[in-house]
This record gives sequence, C-alpha cells and structure tokens, in this order.
Amino acid sequence: MYGLCDCNNFYASCERVFDPALEGRPVVVLSNNDGCVIARSNEAKRLGIKMGQPYYQLRELIRREAVAVFSANFALYGDMSRRVMSLLRKSAPAIEVYSIDEAFLDLTGVDEGRLDTLGHGLARTIRRHTGIPVSIGIAPTKTLAKIASKLCKQYPKLNGCCYMHRPEDIGKVLRRFPVGDVWGVGRRWAQLLEKNGVKTAWDFTQLPQAWVRQRMHVVGLRMWSELRGEPCIGFEEFPADKKQIATTRTFDHDIDDYEELHKRIAQYVAAAAEKLRRQRSVCGEISIFILTNRHKENMPQYYENRLLKLLVPTDNTLELTSHAVRLLRRIFRPGFAYKRAGVILSDLRSKSGIQTDLFDATDRTKHDRLMEAVDALNDRFGRHRLVTAAEGFEPFKMNRSHLSQRYTTDWQQIIKVKI
Amino acid sequence: MSSDPKTLKIFRPETDSPARIPLTESPVHAGFPSPAEDFLEGSLDLNNLVIRHPEATFFARVEGDSMMGEGIVEGNLLVVDKAVEPYDGCLAVAYIDGEFTLKRVRIEPGRIRLVPANPNYPTIEIGPDEEFSVWGVVRWVLKQL
Repeated sequence: MYGLCDCNNFYASCERVFDPALEGRPVVVLSNNDGCVIARSNEAKRLGIKMGQPYYQLRELIRREAVAVFSANFALYGDMSRRVMSLLRKSAPAIEVYSIDEAFLDLTGVDEGRLDTLGHGLARTIRRHTGIPVSIGIAPTKTLAKIASKLCKQYPKLNGCCYMHRPEDIGKVLRRFPVGDVWGVGRRWAQLLEKNGVKTAWDFTQLPQAWVRQRMHVVGLRMWSELRGEPCIGFEEFPADKKQIATTRTFDHDIDDYEELHKRIAQYVAAAAEKLRRQRSVCGEISIFILTNRHKENMPQYYENRLLKLLVPTDNTLELTSHAVRLLRRIFRPGFAYKRAGVILSDLRSKSGIQTDLFDATDRTKHDRLMEAVDALNDRFGRHRLVTAAEGFEPFKMNRSHLSQRYTTDWQQIIKVKI
Repeated sequence: MSSDPKTLKIFRPETDSPARIPLTESPVHAGFPSPAEDFLEGSLDLNNLVIRHPEATFFARVEGDSMMGEGIVEGNLLVVDKAVEPYDGCLAVAYIDGEFTLKRVRIEPGRIRLVPANPNYPTIEIGPDEEFSVWGVVRWVLKQL
C-alpha cells in the first residue's frame, strides 16, 4: 500500500499556526513580489478567489471581505515543511518528499489491518505537533492514494485519513471522480478523453488497454494501470537532481530601462548558478527571456527568448553572467515596459563527468575555488552578501509588504508571549 | 517496484541532526593508551535536554510582568512543546483576545482557570461552553543572567 500526505492549504495553514485569530477567516498568500495568489484557505476559495489570480484584481474583494493577505514567507513554510516531513519519516518505512507540502509513503510491509489506525494517528499527530492540518490517502497505488487524499478534503468526517483498498469502494469513488483531476492527466488529455466519452476516472479504467497505449502512450498506460490498482509508478526516496533550473520573476513595477533589466538578469543568473552548484551539476545551455505586461493590453507587447549552447558545461556565475548579458543585449528592445524575465539553465549533467575542451582557455580549477568561496561566504553571512558587479549594489529587494515574521528561523522574530 | 522483495532497498541515513562523534585521540602506534578510551560517552547537548519533540518545539519570548511571582520576566525565552497534553498545573501558552499569553493552567471538573502569578492581574475563567485551546505547554524557561 501507498500513502499520500498532503498538507491542507499549506502556506495559509502555516500563517494560521502563528496567528490563531485567522481561524475561520479567509486567508490568501501571494507569490514573490506580491504578484498573484499562490495559496488560499477554504474560506478564500469559497469567495471565488482563484489560484494564480493577480493581486491587483482582488484588492476590492479583499477589503470588502476582510481577507487576510500575506506575502510568501518561504523561510517559515520551509521550516514547517521540514517538521511535517520529519514526523512522516518517523512513522512510515520510507517517504518520498514530492513537494513542499506533499509526500508519498511506502507502506509495504505494514500490516494492512493497522493502516487505518496508522493513517488517522499520523494525521492527528501532525496536527497536534505542528498545527498543520493534513489529508492522508492510503491505497494500493500512488495515483489512487492521491485520489483518497483529495477525498479527505471533501469529507471532513474522514478526520484527515482515507484508507481506500476494497475494489468495490475504489470503484464507487472512481465513478464520481472527474478524469481531469486524476494525477498526471493534463488539460490536453482531459480534452481527448472527454471527446471519447470518458468523464470519470472509472470510465477511463474501462477503456481497452490497446486504445490507451496507442493514444496516450506509456505514460497514459501507467495512469490507467495505476487506477486499476496495479502499482506502476516507482517510489523515489532519493529525488533525482533537477533537469533544469529556472529563476524567473515578475517585477513589482514595469521596467523599461536596460541597465535595470541587466541587473535583474544578473541576479537571476547568480541565484540559478548557486542552485546548480548545490546539486553538484554543470549546465550545457543557458537561456533567458523577457516579457512585457500582458495584463496591460493597451501597451505594446513584446516577448523574446534566446538559448545559448556552451562549448564547455559550467557552473560558474561569472561565466554564465557574461553569456546571459550577451543574450540580453541581443533581445532587448527599447520602448517596451517589461514585467517579467527569467534565466533557465538546462542540459544539466553531473559535475564529476564534465568533458573538457582541449582549447579551453579558462582556468577552471581557479574558478571553482572562487565559487566555493563565494558560496561559503554567502552561507555564513547571509544571501546576497557577495554579488557580481553586474547584479548592482543595492540590496536585493523584493516587494513583500504583507510578510509575517520568520517565527521559527530567526531569534529576533520568534513568537512574543504577553504575560 | 518497491513491493518487489528482490529489489535492493536503500535506507537514508538520518542527516538532519548533527552527529556528534566522540574523538578518540590516542595515536595507534605509540604511547600509552588513554585509560578513558573505553569510557567515552557523547558530549552533552543542550538540545537533547530541552527539546523532547523537535517537530513540535517552538521558542517564544516573554513580554510583560504578570508571571513575576514565578520568576519569569520580560525577555526570558520559553521552550514551548505543542505535543505535550496540557495537564493540571502546567505552564502554558494560550491564545486569548488576539494575543499569545502565558498562564498557569488549572483544570477542574467543568472549568478551566488560567492563573497569572502576579496579583495585579485577574484569573481568567473558561466555562465548559467557551472555546479555548492551549497553543503549547512550556517545558523550559531560559534566562540569561
């Protein structure tokens, strides 16, 4: 059996732990730079606030309905996530951390008669110990466990855990579960399936295997089998390194000035390259994009991206910065108000297997030592202490006007108790 | 698949907490072996003493003076454990009227009393129908002298 533990409205729930007055009130959390909604409490969902909705569209509703608004506090959410994952690790034989607020549990070998008690106990423990409400689904496959966990959210009476194992129960659930909500079914497949009369997950399981294989290939077939109770999606205790690292941002204001954009791109390169070095990879490609504000339809629109293949894969911030800046010079057009930009490092491979170029003029050992020193200093004295000149000298600024305190990661910001 | 008994299973070592490895200092090839070597124990870690449930432990700072009788004053650091079930007589952090507050909890049949240790402040009484929950139980008070 597999489990899926999903934290309910995770970011909003984290804010509530440290501000219990928010209980029962609509809460939304905004993305970096307060751009758009990235988490909603149930009350906020009921107000019709959508995931990804831009903040400025909501100002009126937020005032009228007294919605509590927070800037994303990733220091806090990361710490709370670690706590939840640690509790899961203590009670399941193995866990696969799937995202900041979700983990799969491998329950192989656990006595099936105990699973229901285990799941409910775990949900209760996580709630008590961390204050975070979770939904735990337990089922024969990962895909079914996901569905079971969604069921917990729909039916509060399940008390945070749904153990779904009898074929007749699974069938009953699948008959009511929209196929578009199944894990891995994207919008395009949902359209294809609906065109072929498939509305629910159950309908999907009734399709002939050959049809699924032909139209949806191996990936579709895997989902089909998983829904039929046959585990096909492997358990990854050790997540594979990322295949691509992207740092992209929406600006807090429109930028039309080249110098300013140049600075931003350099900052994103530095952030992405640091992540690259952390996972001990090098990249063989770098691409950048710049984009105007699509929501301002009366303004001239522009989008351009450019990719560069590197002769020798690298993880060096200085080298990557000069490439990125060269790309930016090529695609930058004056006279536009830019709203978003990003840097993407791809063709990642392990640093140890790097192939060198015979005519490479760069002293890579020396550069490696420099980057090590930069990372060590930034780790010790705080991020963005040591930056490239291209990043500019003003402190890294993010628009986070609704930021809560870093209650669990900074001594100066811990909870205050009045006595 | 991991349910296949033949597949190799790799377990992740616990790396979240710093492992304290006792140093064995005596060189292998020379000198008299240290008589203490057979008696090495881990060094004392304050975290082990004050934190029983790491996932449930939060730190809080004291503001105000209503617990003066208990020797708890402004600036003291509280080690709060959300995993501990509140018990009669425990010191607890509760959320009342929009703020966190520190009180001695008295659990009696049909009522709960929150008692300050400063006579200038009133005892708060919570009836059976009132909604109230303890945020966490204080296990340690740390004060710098």
